[in-house]
Amino acid sequence: MSAMAEERRQKHCSVVLPTESMKAMAESVGVGQLQEDSCVALSEEVSYRIKEIAQDALKFMHHGKRRKLTTSDIDNALKLKNVEPLYGFQSQEFIPFRFASGGGRELHFYEEKEVDLSDIINTPLPRVPLDVSLKAHWLSIEGMQPAIPENPPPATKEQQKVESTEPLKVVKPGQEEEGTIQGKGQGTTTPDGKGKEKGLIRLKPRSTHELSVEQQLYYKEITEACVGSCEAKRAEALQSIATDPGLYQMLPRFSTFISEGVRVNVVQNNLALLIYLMRMVKALMDNPTLYLEKYLHELIPAVVTCIVSKQLCLRPDVDNHWALRDFAARLMAQSCKTFSTTTNNIQSRITKTFTKSWLDDKTQWTTRYGCIAGLAELGPDVIKTLIIPRLAIEGARIKAVMEGPVISNIDKIGAEHVQSLLLKHCASVIAKLRSPPDNVEQYRTEYGYLGPMLCSHVMKARTQAALQAQQVNRTTLTITQPRLRATAAQANRRPRTPSIIKVPSSLTLMSPRPGTPSQPSPPATKYIVMATSAGAASTQQVILVITLSSSQSASPVTSTVPSATSTLQPLVKLEPGSGPGLTASRPLQKYIVVSLPSSASSSLETKSSVLPTSISSSSLDGGMKLERSESPGASTQSPH
Amino acid sequence: DTSLAKQKTDIKTEPSTDGFGNNNANDGRVLSASPGSGSSTGSNKQTAAVTPEDQQTLLAVLQFLKKNKLIESVEILRREAGLPENSLDPKATESAGAGSGGAAAVAEDQPDVRVVLSAYSQQGDPTLYEVYYSDLKKFIETVLDCHRAELSQVFYPLFVHMYLELVYNNHESEAKAFFEKFSGDQECYYEEDLRVLSGLTKKEHMRGNETLLDFRTSKFVLRISRDSYQLLKRHLQERQNNQIWNIIQEHLYIDIFDGMPRSKSQIDAMSGSLAGEAKREANKTKVYYGLLKEPEIELPLDDEDEEAENEEGKPKKKKPKKDSMGSKSKKQDPNAPSQNRIPLPELKDSDKLDKIMYMKEATKRIRLGSDNLPSVCFYTFLNAYQGLTAVDFTDDSSLIAGGFADSTVRVWSVTPKKLRKVKSAADLNLIDKESDDVLERIMDEKTASESKIMYGHSGPVYGISFSPDRNYLLSSSEDGTVRLWSLLTFTCLVAYKGHNYPVWDTQFSPYGYYFVSGGHDRVARLWATDHYQPLRIFSGHLADITCTRFHPNSNYVATGSSDRTIRVWDVLSGNCVRIFTGHKGPIHSLAFSPNGKFLASGATDGRVLLWDIGHGLMMGELKGHTDTIYSLRFSRDGEILASGSMDNTVRLWDVMKAFDDLETDDFTAATGHIHLQDNSQELLLGTYTTKSTPVIHLHFTRRNLLLAAGAFNP
Repeated sequence: MSAMAEERRQKHCSVVLPTESMKAMAESVGVGQLQEDSCVALSEEVSYRIKEIAQDALKFMHHGKRRKLTTSDIDNALKLKNVEPLYGFQSQEFIPFRFASGGGRELHFYEEKEVDLSDIINTPLPRVPLDVSLKAHWLSIEGMQPAIPENPPPATKEQQKVESTEPLKVVKPGQEEEGTIQGKGQGTTTPDGKGKEKGLIRLKPRSTHELSVEQQLYYKEITEACVGSCEAKRAEALQSIATDPGLYQMLPRFSTFISEGVRVNVVQNNLALLIYLMRMVKALMDNPTLYLEKYLHELIPAVVTCIVSKQLCLRPDVDNHWALRDFAARLMAQSCKTFSTTTNNIQSRITKTFTKSWLDDKTQWTTRYGCIAGLAELGPDVIKTLIIPRLAIEGARIKAVMEGPVISNIDKIGAEHVQSLLLKHCASVIAKLRSPPDNVEQYRTEYGYLGPMLCSHVMKARTQAALQAQQVNRTTLTITQPRLRATAAQANRRPRTPSIIKVPSSLTLMSPRPGTPSQPSPPATKYIVMATSAGAASTQQVILVITLSSSQSASPVTSTVPSATSTLQPLVKLEPGSGPGLTASRPLQKYIVVSLPSSASSSLETKSSVLPTSISSSSLDGGMKLERSESPGASTQSPH
Repeated sequence: DTSLAKQKTDIKTEPSTDGFGNNNANDGRVLSASPGSGSSTGSNKQTAAVTPEDQQTLLAVLQFLKKNKLIESVEILRREAGLPENSLDPKATESAGAGSGGAAAVAEDQPDVRVVLSAYSQQGDPTLYEVYYSDLKKFIETVLDCHRAELSQVFYPLFVHMYLELVYNNHESEAKAFFEKFSGDQECYYEEDLRVLSGLTKKEHMRGNETLLDFRTSKFVLRISRDSYQLLKRHLQERQNNQIWNIIQEHLYIDIFDGMPRSKSQIDAMSGSLAGEAKREANKTKVYYGLLKEPEIELPLDDEDEEAENEEGKPKKKKPKKDSMGSKSKKQDPNAPSQNRIPLPELKDSDKLDKIMYMKEATKRIRLGSDNLPSVCFYTFLNAYQGLTAVDFTDDSSLIAGGFADSTVRVWSVTPKKLRKVKSAADLNLIDKESDDVLERIMDEKTASESKIMYGHSGPVYGISFSPDRNYLLSSSEDGTVRLWSLLTFTCLVAYKGHNYPVWDTQFSPYGYYFVSGGHDRVARLWATDHYQPLRIFSGHLADITCTRFHPNSNYVATGSSDRTIRVWDVLSGNCVRIFTGHKGPIHSLAFSPNGKFLASGATDGRVLLWDIGHGLMMGELKGHTDTIYSLRFSRDGEILASGSMDNTVRLWDVMKAFDDLETDDFTAATGHIHLQDNSQELLLGTYTTKSTPVIHLHFTRRNLLLAAGAFNP
């Protein structure tokens, strides 16, 4: 018996409707003062009956062959009990579950609007829904599931992964890819290791992946578009590669196409085509349904070629082959991140390859650039351990080219690029390694020729980080009609924000006077908005406190609060009084931004007034409370 | 033909009373109790001495007798029991006042209920319950391993009865504490029941809760070896633990066997049902599971057919096939019932034609096996808006019927032949009745369409079944009726009323004419299409009957239920001849193997169990599905079992291997203690996932192509 099951059981033993609900319901039907005892008795009885009805309703759901309990199931369950079913439970739109509290009581309710019948009668009839129809397709043909649009993609990413990592696992037809035949005859009697000694291991025979005519056409179209001249078509094709769920069977073709393409085009120095092919690799990697592990033996050499090849274009002095190297290096880093395991050791093997050719004195500047770019993309740790120790040596080499006698223009360009590459990648790492006072001389002694330049880059990096941190703090608050929905614009723009601020539930209205929602003049309210955003440099906690007086004059610049607060039923919690640090008696506008440093380097900033730390913690508590109050509303959303 | 029908009803009505007599222990709980039930319940209890409870029973019996105008019996009983004249009056008026049938049934049920519950009134000290229970628990935990598993079976029924006693005697807080303390110890498959139980905290709740009444009235059956039982008995007597001993004596039925105690896995395989395992003698009756002899029909060697396919040399092949078939049908299967054990309708000319078609198709059948899997054709219902509740195919796979939550029944033709109605009566008069193609002429070409809708039900349609001759369609619905539709006129012919509560499933007999239905009222009914009253009522299940299936020889009916048991009923006697336990959730699908020997069942627990009907044994367990199995079907040769589930998959299982692999000897056959192998993965031949369509029906065509159906669920 699992502990979890026990826990669950404990729970359903004790769930009883709160007596307050009984009171509220009694009031709603006109029974004023209900005794506490009666409330308890009622709530127990009602809870029992509701459970009983829910259990019966589940029966109807099961027999209706559904996973979702519907209102009609409840109606049918009521009918079983000889109770009149509830009427009018159809609604076109979603009815939100509202929450309100005031005067020490909390209420969850649905907003029930009065509906004018004539409105309903006069509205034009909705479109007639499509009629039920039958469609037949082959789910399986003699044990094989054909790859047609009606069937799900033949292999999910997990299955592909299992297949590539545990190829000996017994594969059942239907789960395996099309084209493989059960190799019963070829089975050998090796034990499986999982106690399946009895069964023969079905070795998957080598087989050609046969593509259907449609797939062949698709493949042709896509590959042509990817390397063709029309950029719009190419974008479409890449989009298709990156999103289409059914490409699994075409993967071997694509990977061969790419590897062959790179081979040919490197020889011909066709930069444009190489770029197109790398973009295909990127698209394949982006496709969430594909698992490329099996094809890395073709893809990695192609990508590495594009990083380190001596020559990638016809005119190395003019063409920007550096961008291709950067791009391919990023791809390499990404595949290392995704596929490197202790068994295939991709990352260490790649690192070794790069380092080896970098260390070689005869290596050309182009290859040198590629190696460094490839290493640098693997992350700050690699930069720290492999690149930074060699900065001095590399600096000397660059110096030799830059300041020595001009041998060739190409070398010079190469050296320049290597230099800027090193500066770009190392600066941010060094900025973190060293503590602030940046001394040019120190840098020179430590890093040699590149020292002074590094120093200025590091300083620039530091100021930039600080700037960014400030920008992160600037959170805009927009509140839109009619549901008081505030969204932090800044939070929306950043893809990596951990939580997007969602109002109503995470918004607190704090009133100085304990008022009820029905009060005509709304009290001054304070919104506390909290957002955690992971900036590039550090993680900041942003707390925004806005106080609104009842007259709309004092609203802060960054927020647009409609006058709706007075007319709308607030969806938000009204808390009488406020936190200990916030003076409730002042209905003045306050706009405080507190940034809580996650690392020691950033400092506490306040904009309008200095806040003692206790405030920030108390408002943090408020935020936590809000988080919790959000859950009942969410969990009791009506079944549609 | 009329004489035949008469004969049928004669046979039927006479033994039907027998049926009730044998099932009396359960009849009292039938919601809408039919007349027979009350009397038999009463007759059981008359012999007891007159204690206050018995008096109530007597009153109930009296009331029943009076209601059925058996005045003389009333007098005799009253005299014998020494009851005053007016004892019945207040109750009689009460029941007279309760107007409708349903309410009357409830009123009639009431005294019974009280009797049932009052047994709980004998009680000990409520605070000691925990002590008793934990004492027993401690004891069982310390016994030898081989006994522990067996004795642990006692925990769950004891727990429930002790809890109910506490609740009944108004010890609410003690009951709650008891529940919280020990509910976690119970096996996980009882969780559903515990959930029901946990909601019940007051004596008032117990009234009207059928599940509890069932638990109380039917003894929970445990199978325990003699050694283990002696151990338990000795312990309880030593400790003077009368409270528990009383419960064991009164509410538990301990089926003691001689021999080795069973292992934990053996016990787990068989337990899980609402009322424990089946008693051994419940599965002792002989079941004639063999097939009936096929009527001998001369297979005409029609030339057209041969010409069409003679490039493959069909005529040569056909000859030996036909012979083998003839010889097969000639030898009488010793396990088959006699040909006229159940009167079956005579074959019509059209039936004979169909049989010929069937045989022809059968010769083209693909032989399936683990290395020769069937193709699956999936019929997806689009735009069903979550409303598809039942599907059926005709045996020849030409029509599909769907039952919908919006009360409609729809029929589609999946062949190019469209659905046509018969012409109106006036037009039919104009037809030349002597012409050869009269059957073609009566059809109205103007009405041809690919699908037809039939309206009539007033609630979701949960069960649907074609008649073997494709002229009729049955549908059962939430509205409590089973409707018979004509597929010639596409109108409703009869509404069979009797269930009063939702009818979850219905199915035609493989020979037509009879059909079975089962529903929320926990009885299955056997009907004949030309009778508006049921011929048999199969009662005994403790919860809703969720699915019903006819045995291929039409002599037996299998029903699956929410009480997690499967019962097989004899159509002739109305007796329950098999009870299969082992599922851990409501059973939603059943399938007989084509040779009639085996039964497969699927439940909400996602497992398929295989049963040997002749021996009453569990034959295998197929694990793999992750959600309710709504459909099961054997291939035409019985080689492969297909299962369709809510988890959007169709799975194929090698059942021949499952049956062959099972090691059985005389002992296991006698005791039913089989060792199940955990070889589901080896038996699973294929899994086919749909995009987002739960599989709710499966059907093998006569050539062994698998058809599946379900509604797309976006």
